[in-house]
Amino acid sequence: MDTVSWLSYTLLGVFHGINPGMGWLFAVALGMQEKRRSAVIGALFPMALGHAISIAVVVFVIALAQQQLPEDVLRIACATVLLGFGVYKFFRARHPKWVGMRVNFKDLTIWSFLMASAHGAGLMLAPLLLRMPTAKASAHMHHAPASMADNATILLSAVGVHTLSFFLVTGIVAVIVYEVVGLALLRKAWFNMDLLWSIGLMIAGVVTFLLPHLH
Amino acid sequence: MLQQWKPDPTFYPSPKMAIDAPIEELAYVAAPRDDGSPDTMCVVDLNKNSDTYSQIVNAQEFGVGDELHHFNWSACSASLCPYAPHPYIERRYLVVPALRSSNIYVLDVKPDPRAPQLVKTLDVNEVESRSGYTRPHTVHCGPEGIYVSALASAGSEEGPGGIFLMDHYNFNILGQWEVERGPQVLSYDFWWHLGYDVAVTSEWGYPAMIENGLSLEDLVERKFGHKIHIWDIRHRKNIQTLDLGEDYQMALELRPAHDPTKAYGFLNAVLNMNDLSSSIWTWYKDGDDWGIKKIIDIPAQAPENPDDLPPVLKDIGMIPPLVTDHILSLDDKFLYVSCWGTGEMLQYDVSDPFNPKHTGTLKIGGITKSHPHPATGPVSGGPQMVELSRDGKRLYFTNSLYIALDNQFYPNGANGWMVKADVNVEDGGLELDPDFFVDFGESRAHQIRLQGGDSSSDSYCYP
Repeated sequence: MDTVSWLSYTLLGVFHGINPGMGWLFAVALGMQEKRRSAVIGALFPMALGHAISIAVVVFVIALAQQQLPEDVLRIACATVLLGFGVYKFFRARHPKWVGMRVNFKDLTIWSFLMASAHGAGLMLAPLLLRMPTAKASAHMHHAPASMADNATILLSAVGVHTLSFFLVTGIVAVIVYEVVGLALLRKAWFNMDLLWSIGLMIAGVVTFLLPHLH
Repeated sequence: MLQQWKPDPTFYPSPKMAIDAPIEELAYVAAPRDDGSPDTMCVVDLNKNSDTYSQIVNAQEFGVGDELHHFNWSACSASLCPYAPHPYIERRYLVVPALRSSNIYVLDVKPDPRAPQLVKTLDVNEVESRSGYTRPHTVHCGPEGIYVSALASAGSEEGPGGIFLMDHYNFNILGQWEVERGPQVLSYDFWWHLGYDVAVTSEWGYPAMIENGLSLEDLVERKFGHKIHIWDIRHRKNIQTLDLGEDYQMALELRPAHDPTKAYGFLNAVLNMNDLSSSIWTWYKDGDDWGIKKIIDIPAQAPENPDDLPPVLKDIGMIPPLVTDHILSLDDKFLYVSCWGTGEMLQYDVSDPFNPKHTGTLKIGGITKSHPHPATGPVSGGPQMVELSRDGKRLYFTNSLYIALDNQFYPNGANGWMVKADVNVEDGGLELDPDFFVDFGESRAHQIRLQGGDSSSDSYCYP
């Protein structure tokens, strides 16, 4: 993978990390309920795990589809889904339903997986995945065929880099809000991340659509 | 519907922050009627600098015989709860159930806060068929939608009462909330400890036990509710039932601590059948279980002239305090207790929830007593539905309990009124604002909601 790809996976991790709905707000609340910082930190690990699983599912589904579908078909399908989902989320205020503050490691992992999936966090990586040379594409181009194993390693690294950046940003924001800024942030500085998120999905859709022209 | 970019400014993450909210300027007051005219939702001007201070500036009409009772905002500070935050929803709709007709109305206060608009009506057929319940009562805006309690099952009117959910975007009824009801049958109020994933429900009686006046036979037979139920809200399952003992009839209003890290709350029991006293109880988390303990007894009083007693109390010869509502300040410090029978509003410091200190008493109305208001002289009815501003400094209350019961205990007339008391939040104590007396005339006056939120409208997920 090239630098642009690594950077993009990292930046999308930052974007997902600053969204209060993806984790840091819940970590802060758990710390406040328990009245200890370790509860904030402890929540970050299952959150990162759940996020990683959600991302990985999308990454591997797209990778499999790349083996089976013509490149253009897959690209246009992904672009359409991203655009449609973004427009839907932009105009229709809906939120995932979850009730429960008393959560263990498993609960938080599932929660994070559900939140990332419901927000289409993994989908947002589609343009990056589609611009990676696949085994099939490489073979067609008469280069040395990349093995499935190499491909899987690259995909796992992508998930890993994205998740690490998500984990660090979520954690830093959570600790700063818990220790320094406090809840006033929620009233003063909080703006509609869901709207920004839906715009993010739309941008990803447009980028996916225009991929052939961006090389 | 295009979304808002900023969270609704009336949402506060914690009760501590809500205390600093701006002073309320309007109140919405449910005004049921007994004279064949339609019930109304009244808007009262609370702005001291306004020309219409303490006057009803608008009265929106509903159906005849609806009995508007309790109501609440469709969205509140619970929208900030961390596990599904959606703070861009607005506090603009009042969800108004009619306790007798079982209709539910939705009012929009955004276009003109002084003249709410009716934007949706769910009629009794829709409410009963979709929820399975009848006689909707308490409304709370929860983290995932609107929760409404109801007194009984639709159809039989004697099956279990319970809670149903409504969507907070389109107000569709989503259906029964409970998955495992356990021994719970009677229903009335509910609220929760969001920090503990626990809800609490209380018990009144079936419609037939109250709709023609309080059934004394049912009281003597101890048929009214005397238990509260603790629920796991994640699994919607009754996990424990706490019994006050059958001598305590009508376990009504639930006021959990606003601070989500505190696991206790206060309940009123209207009648102790042995001596007609009322009582306040504290429920509390005790290890993995929950317990309940009586913390205040409020005795019945002797009338000056027993001949003045209404027929329902003639044989008994005493005035029961009939504690039928109470409110807890947002800092969990003061509890205000309405003694509807004896005409008193009591203030307790409940900083230690097991050792309340009596810090203030205010007298107005009361059976045979008719304590006066400085603005108008003797009044009928007594302190009943009580609401407190978020800063805890202004206490508002009205005098009607429920039309059939008003007529029973105040048979000489129960014209509606709303008054305000100013509170000393440092040392305790409260006194009536002599300039604030809202005369509802023939209308009754029941629940009050303050613009922007009050001390029983919002739930918080952060301490």
